[in-house]
Amino acid sequence: MSTESIAWRAPQAAARPLVDKLHEWVTTVDHKRLGILYITYALFFLIIGGIEATVLRIQLIRPHNHFVPPQVFNRMFTMHGTTMIFFVAMPVLFGFANYLVPLMIGARDMAFPRLNAFSFWMTAFGGLLLYFSLLGANGLYGAGNAPDVGWFAYAPLTSLAFSPGHSTDYWTLSLLVSGFGSIGTAINIIATILCMRCPGMTLEKMPLLAWLNLVMAGLVILAVSPLTAAQIMLLIDRYLGGHFFDTQAGGSAVMWMHFFWVFGHPEVYVLVIPAFAFASEIIPVFSRKAIFGYPVMVAATICIGFIGMSVWAHHMFTVGMSSSANTFFVLSTMAIAVPTGIKIFNWLATMWGGQIDFKTPMLFCVAFLFQFLIAGLTGIMLGSAPFDWQLGNSYFVVAHFHYVIVGGILFTLFGAFYYWFPKMSGRMYNEKLGRLHFWLFIIGFHLTFDFMHIPGILGMPRRIYTYEPGRGWDVWNLIVTIGVVFQAAGVLVFIGNLLWSYFRGELAGSDPWDAWTLEWSTSSPPPAYNFGSIPTVRSRRPLWDLKHPDDPDWKYE
Amino acid sequence: MTVPHPILVGPARGPVAMFSLIAAESAIFTIFVVAYIFYIGKSQTGPQPKDVLEAPIFYTLCLLSSSLTIHLAVKGLRKGRSRDFGIWWCATIVLGATFLFGTLSEWNRLIYRDGLTISTNLFGTTYYSLVGLHGFHVIVGLILLTAVMAFALSGNIRQQHAERLDVLSLYWHFVDTVWVVVFTVVYVIGR
Repeated sequence: MSTESIAWRAPQAAARPLVDKLHEWVTTVDHKRLGILYITYALFFLIIGGIEATVLRIQLIRPHNHFVPPQVFNRMFTMHGTTMIFFVAMPVLFGFANYLVPLMIGARDMAFPRLNAFSFWMTAFGGLLLYFSLLGANGLYGAGNAPDVGWFAYAPLTSLAFSPGHSTDYWTLSLLVSGFGSIGTAINIIATILCMRCPGMTLEKMPLLAWLNLVMAGLVILAVSPLTAAQIMLLIDRYLGGHFFDTQAGGSAVMWMHFFWVFGHPEVYVLVIPAFAFASEIIPVFSRKAIFGYPVMVAATICIGFIGMSVWAHHMFTVGMSSSANTFFVLSTMAIAVPTGIKIFNWLATMWGGQIDFKTPMLFCVAFLFQFLIAGLTGIMLGSAPFDWQLGNSYFVVAHFHYVIVGGILFTLFGAFYYWFPKMSGRMYNEKLGRLHFWLFIIGFHLTFDFMHIPGILGMPRRIYTYEPGRGWDVWNLIVTIGVVFQAAGVLVFIGNLLWSYFRGELAGSDPWDAWTLEWSTSSPPPAYNFGSIPTVRSRRPLWDLKHPDDPDWKYE
Repeated sequence: MTVPHPILVGPARGPVAMFSLIAAESAIFTIFVVAYIFYIGKSQTGPQPKDVLEAPIFYTLCLLSSSLTIHLAVKGLRKGRSRDFGIWWCATIVLGATFLFGTLSEWNRLIYRDGLTISTNLFGTTYYSLVGLHGFHVIVGLILLTAVMAFALSGNIRQQHAERLDVLSLYWHFVDTVWVVVFTVVYVIGR
C-alpha cells in the first residue's frame, strides 16, 4: 500500500506557451486527461442541449405560441434528444469511467491508452458532425438543415422520399462514428478491469464502481453494435438504393423499430448503471458505513444487465405486436423491478444507522433515491401494455424518461462532480454554491417533470409543435416551462462553482472525504503515473485498512 | 498475524480485448442475419435466391482450412520454427485470397449474368449486405495478415511475437466461424 507520490515539478511549468499546453491536451493518451476531455466535451454539449430544451419549452409555454416555426421545433427536439444521449450522457459517463477506473483498481493507465485517445476523438468528431449539419446539410434541395426525424428516427421518415437533403445522413453518420468510439472505450474498460488490477484486488474486492462499469461496458458492446448495424442498413437504403426499411418493396418499418430499441433500451441501463456506481461510492462514504450487501449489489447489477437486454419492445406496445410478444415484454419489464428494488433497499440499508453527513454529493444522491423510485413506478405503469396503449407517445412518457435521466442519472452525476472535483482539480468546491445549485435544481426539476405527467394523462401527445387552448393543458405547460428557469439557474451556479473553485477554491489535500478507495491514496490531482509504487490491497476498503491498522476490514471479509 | 497476499495475475489484455471486439462484431452480424432471415421470401420481384444462388463449396473449404493453417503457423512460431511459420502463414493468405476471389466472381456473375444488384430487390439488398459485411472482414483480415508477412520477410517477427499473432488468429477464426453462419443462412436456409 503506497501513498507517496514522487514530488516533481516541470521547471518552467508556468512559462510554457499556450500552444504547447494545447498540443499536450490534443496528443494526450493519459486516462485522466482523456477523462477530463470527455467530461468537458459533455458539459459543452449539455449547455447546447439545454438551450435546445429551453427553446422547446418556450414554444410550448402557451397555446398557439409562435416562438419558432414547426420545422425548427422538429429539429430542436431531434437535436436535443440525440445530443443529450450520445454527446452528453455517454461521454460524461465514459469520462468518469476513464478517470476513476484505473485509479480505483490501482493501475497506472487504461489497458490501451492509444485506443482510449482514438475513442475520444471519434466521439468528439461524431458530435461535430451532428452540428455541422446546420451548415452542411442544406445541399441543393433547400430541404432544411439539422436532422428533424426524432431521436429514434422511425422509418419511413428517414427514407429519401421523406427526408431529402443530407440532414438524416449527418444524423446517421454522427451516430455511426461516435458508436465506434463507444465500442472502443467499452473494450478498453473491460480489458482494463479484467487485466490491470493491482495485486490483491480480486474481483470480489473491487470497488463497486469498477464492477458496475464492467457491466456497463458489456452492455455497450451488446447494445451499441446493433445500432451500428442499423445505421449501416439505413445508409445502404439511402445511398445504394437498398430496401431494408422500404415498405413499398417488401421491407419493414417495424424492423427499424426493433433494431433501434434493441439498442435503445439497454442504452438506458448503460446510462443508469454508472449512475448507480456513483451512488454506491458516495452513499457509504457520507454515511460512514461500508456498502450494505456488496455481493448482492454486484449480482443485481449483472441481473439488470441481462434482463435489460430483453425488454426493448416495451417501447413498441402501441405499434401493434402479437399478444404473446406483448405478454413477454410486459413480464420481462416487470422482472427488472426486482434487482433494481434490491439496489434501492441496499442503499437505504447502507444509510440506516449511519452518521449521515449531508454534504452536496450526498444531497444529490438522496434526491436520486426518491426520484429514481418514482421514475421506476411510472415505468411499471408504462410497462403494462394496456396502460401503455392509453399513455404511449404522450407527455406522460416524456415525463417518465426525463425522471429517469434527469432525476436519476443527472442527479447522481452532479453528486459525482462534487465528490470527485477535489480529486480532479486539487481544490474544494464551494459548499454554499453547491447547496444553492442543489435546491435550485431540485425545485426546477420537480416543477418541470412532476407536472409534465399531468398533460400526458390529459392526452397531450409528445412532439407536437403547438396546441389549442381549453384542453386543460395550458396551466400545466406554463408550470413546466417555469421549472426550466430554476434548472437553468442551477446549472449556471454549478458551472460558476466549478470555474471559481478551479482557480480560487481552497486546496483539498489527497483525501478530503476520509474515503476508502484507492484514488484517495494519491495526491490531488494525481500525478501522471497515478501511484508512486503499485499498491497492494487486502479488502474492499484499502484506505480504511491503512487508517485503522488495529481493526482492518480484511479480518471480516 | 500474517495474511496471505493473493497476488493477482490478470489475463493477458490482448485476447480479452479481442474477445470483446468479437462480441461486438457478433452483435452486428446478428442484426444482419436476423434481417436476412426475416426478409427471406419477401422480395416482390425476381431474381429469387433459388434461381441464382449456388453454394460455393470449394471456396468455403478454402476459408475453413485457413483456420487450420493459421493455427499451425502460430504454433510453429511459438516453437521457434520460423520456416514452418512462413509457409503456413503464406498458405493462410493464399486461402483467404482464394475465398475472396470466389466471392468476387460470384458477385460478378450475379450482377452481369443475373442482373441482381443491391437495389434490385429485397433479396439483393440483404444478400449483398450480409455477404459484403463478411467480405469486408475478410479484406481487413487479409490486410493484417499481409502486414505481418511483410514484417516477417524483413525479419521482424520473432518467437516472442507469437502471443500477439494469437490475437490476430482469434480474429481470423471469428471471420471463418461467421462464414459458417452466413453460409447456412444464405445458401441452405435461404434457398
